[in-house]
Amino acid sequence: MAVAAAAARVWGSSRGLGQAGLLLLRRPWARGLARSHPQRQEQQHFPSLDDKPQFPGASAEFIDKLEFIQPNVISGIPVYRVMDRQGQIINPSEDPHLPQEKVLKFYKSMTLLNTMDRILYESQRQGRISFYMTNYGEEGTHVGSAAALDNTDLVFGQYREAGVLMYRDYPLELFMAQCYGNVSDPGKGRQMPVHYGCKDRHFVTISSPLATQIPQAVGAAYAAKRANANRVVICYFGEGAASEGDAHAGFNFAATLECPIIFFCRNNGYAISTPTSEQYRGDGIAARGPGYGIMSIRVDGNDVFAVYNATKEARRRAVAENQPFLIEAMTYRIGHHSTSDDSSAYRSVDEVNYWDKQDHPISRLRHYLQSRGWWDDEQEKAWRKQSRKKVMEAFEQAERKPKPNPNLLFSDVYQEMPTQLRKQQEALARHLQTYGEHYPLDHFEKKSSRTPGAGLPHVSLTACRSSKCPGSDLTASSR
Amino acid sequence: MAAVSGLMRRPLEQVSGLLRRRFHRTAPAALQVTVREAINQGMDEELERDEKVFLLGEEVAQYDGAYKVSRGLWKKYGDKRIIDTPISEAGLRPICEFMTFNFSMQAIDQVINSAAKTYYMSGGLQPVPIVFRGPNGASAGVAAQHSQCFAAWYGHCPGLKVVSPWNSEDAKGLIKSAIRDNNPVVVLENELMYGVPFEFPSEAQSKDFLIPIGKAKIERQGTHITVVAHSRPVGHCLEAATVLSKEGIECEVINMRTIRPMDIETIEASVMKTNHLITVEGGWPQFGVGAEICARIMEGPAFNFLDAPAVRVTGADVPMPYAKILEDNSVPQVKDIIFAIKKTLNI
Repeated sequence: MAVAAAAARVWGSSRGLGQAGLLLLRRPWARGLARSHPQRQEQQHFPSLDDKPQFPGASAEFIDKLEFIQPNVISGIPVYRVMDRQGQIINPSEDPHLPQEKVLKFYKSMTLLNTMDRILYESQRQGRISFYMTNYGEEGTHVGSAAALDNTDLVFGQYREAGVLMYRDYPLELFMAQCYGNVSDPGKGRQMPVHYGCKDRHFVTISSPLATQIPQAVGAAYAAKRANANRVVICYFGEGAASEGDAHAGFNFAATLECPIIFFCRNNGYAISTPTSEQYRGDGIAARGPGYGIMSIRVDGNDVFAVYNATKEARRRAVAENQPFLIEAMTYRIGHHSTSDDSSAYRSVDEVNYWDKQDHPISRLRHYLQSRGWWDDEQEKAWRKQSRKKVMEAFEQAERKPKPNPNLLFSDVYQEMPTQLRKQQEALARHLQTYGEHYPLDHFEKKSSRTPGAGLPHVSLTACRSSKCPGSDLTASSR
Repeated sequence: MAAVSGLMRRPLEQVSGLLRRRFHRTAPAALQVTVREAINQGMDEELERDEKVFLLGEEVAQYDGAYKVSRGLWKKYGDKRIIDTPISEAGLRPICEFMTFNFSMQAIDQVINSAAKTYYMSGGLQPVPIVFRGPNGASAGVAAQHSQCFAAWYGHCPGLKVVSPWNSEDAKGLIKSAIRDNNPVVVLENELMYGVPFEFPSEAQSKDFLIPIGKAKIERQGTHITVVAHSRPVGHCLEAATVLSKEGIECEVINMRTIRPMDIETIEASVMKTNHLITVEGGWPQFGVGAEICARIMEGPAFNFLDAPAVRVTGADVPMPYAKILEDNSVPQVKDIIFAIKKTLNI
C-alpha cells in the first residue's frame, strides 16, 4: 500500500516496512495489552525473549547502532487525489461514481457559498456588518466531507467551515441573520459574524478561542460511543490551531479512549500571517497522527472527490471500530484571514492568483461536470444569476429586519434568570418606557417572542428546521 | 499464634463495623461525618439517582481519588461512570474533579470561555450542566503553586455558579445541588477540611438533602458585629467568637456557602442589626471576596447602618511561602480575626 511505503520513508529506511507498516496498517481489533505483546510483530524476526526490551512503555527491539530518526519532510506523506487539476479522473477505480444529482448538489453548495461570501465580505467593507471571514478556496474541504457524513453526525468547527452548514441546507436567511445579529438569529445576536450554530443540523456553535473544540469533540465522540449511537463526530481545525495544547490533549484522549471521531485538518498554508514554514518543522499534521496511534491520511483538499472518499471510509471505520481518524486536507486560503486582515502584507498576489486560477475546487468540479455532460456554460450563466439573486434577496431581507429586543441582554446567562439580572432587566424596561424616544427603538424587535429558556432539555426554534424559513414566524411555544 | 491474631483482628472488625454504620441510611441523629465522607455520600446518591451523572478526573477511579473523595465509587459504578480522565450534546452531566484548583488554570479557558459563556453565546442552544470540583486554597506545605484560592477568579464570571462548603453538611448539600443544577458550577472544597468530622443532622442523611445555591447560613447568632467568611475560615471565626464571647462580645458568624450568586441580603440584614462588619477569607486581598462584599454593602441599604468602616481579613498578599512558620502567618488565624473585630469595635 502506497501509504505504508511512504510511512517507511518517513520513519527511516533502516527500520524497514515492518514497524512503520504496523503503525499505519494497525489492525483495529488489537487493543490494550495485545498491542505491546511480542506476537503482534509477526512480520519481524525477533531475538529470544530474554534479550527483548521489557519496558511497559514501548514494544520495540534493541538496536546497538546510534541512529536518530530523520524527520522526513522532503518526501513526506503523499497527497491522495482522485481528479487532476483539470477535473479529470486519474484512476477510475477511485471515482466514487456519485449520481448526477449529488454531484450537482456539491457544485451548487460550493458556488452558493462563494457567492454569499462575496456579498457578505463587501457588506463588511461597506460598514453593514462588523466582521466577516470568507471560505475562498476551501469550499471543497467543507462539501466533500459533509457529504460523506450522516446528517446526524455531530460537527465541531473552527470558523471556516460554513460550507458544511451550506451542504446541510442551512438557509441563507439564517447565515445572514447571524452576521447581521438580527431578530431571526437563533443565537440572539450575541456573537461576532460567522459564529454559526444549529442544533437541528448538529453543528455546534462556533467558539472563538482556537482549538478548544478539539477536546470537546472527543468528549462528544466518547459519549456517542457510550450510547452505541452509530454516530461519528467530525472536528475541523486549521494547521495553526493544531499547534495549540488542546489539540495534543484531544488527539491523545481520542486514541486512548478509543473514540469514533474524525479529526479534519484544513491545512491552507497560512494561520493569519504565519506560513506553514513557520508553523511547524515536521511533515505537516498528518505525520503527527501515528505518533498518537491514530490512523492518518493526507488528501488534496481541492479535490472534492478525494475529500469525499477519505471521509466516507474514515466514517465507516471510526464507527465500526471505535477509533479516531486524522485527515489532513491540503488546500489554500485564497482570501484574507478575515476582514481585519490584508494578506498582501505577507504574500504575493501572484501566489494567490495561481490558486484562484489553476487549482480551485469549484473549477475542478465544474470541469468534471462538463466532461460528463452534466453542466454547460448556459446552465453556469443561469445558475450564477439565480444564486446571486437568492443571496441578494436574503441579504436585503436581513438588512431590513430589526435587531432582537434589548431585554434579551439579560437572558441565558444562567438557565434561570437570577434576581439581580431580573431587577436590571425590569429597570431597563422602565427606563425605556419613560425615555424610549431618545433611543433608536425602531431598529429593535418590539416585544420579544423569545422568553428566556428554562430547564433542560432545550428545544430549538421551529425556524431552523425548514429551508423555507419564514423568519418572523419564531414562536416561543416550543420552549 | 491464634490468640495474637485474634487480638489483631478484633479492633479491625470494630473499625470496619463503625465504617459500615456511617453509611447506613437510618443511623441515629447524632452522627459524625467527615467532609470527605459527606462529599462522597452526595456524589454516590446523585450517581445512583441519575445515570447521566458521571465523574472524571485524575486518579478518581481505581485509585479512589487523589484525596480519596471518590473512594468506593469506581467499585460500585464501574468504568462507565467513573473515568480516569476526557461532553455534550449527549445530555450527560459530568462531574470533573481537579486534583487541586491550581491545576484548573491549565483548563481555565475551557471553564470560562466554553463552560461559563456557552449557554449565553449560543443563544440558549447549548446548556452546560457540568460540575467542577476539587480542593481550593491553602493546604499545608505545598507552596505557592498549589495553594492559591480561586474564589475571586471564578466568582468574577457571569455564567458560572460558585459554591464554597465549610462543614460536612455544606459539602453534601452543595455537591448535590451543584450536580442537579443545569448551569456550570464550581465547587471549591478545602483539603484541610476533608478529614474533619462534624455532626450530621438527620435531614442531611436524606437522599434528597439539598442546600440551595445562593443562600448563606448564619452559623452563630450575635448582636455586636457581623463576621462573614467562606470555607475553612468559618471555623476560625466561630473559634474567635467563642473566645470573644467570654469578654462579652457576641459575634454573628455568617457562612457564605455560595460565592456566586452571593447572598448579600443575609449579610445586609445582619449588618443592619449589628452595625459592624468584617470579612474573612483565605484568598488574596486585592479584588477578593471581601472586596466584593464591602462594595455591595456600600451600594445597598446596610451602608447607613455601619458605625465603622468594614474591615477585610485576608491571606497575605504574597505567593504562599513554603517555610511552615511563614505559611502559618500568611493565612488568617484566630488571633487575626479577633484583632480585626476589636479594631472595628474600637476596643
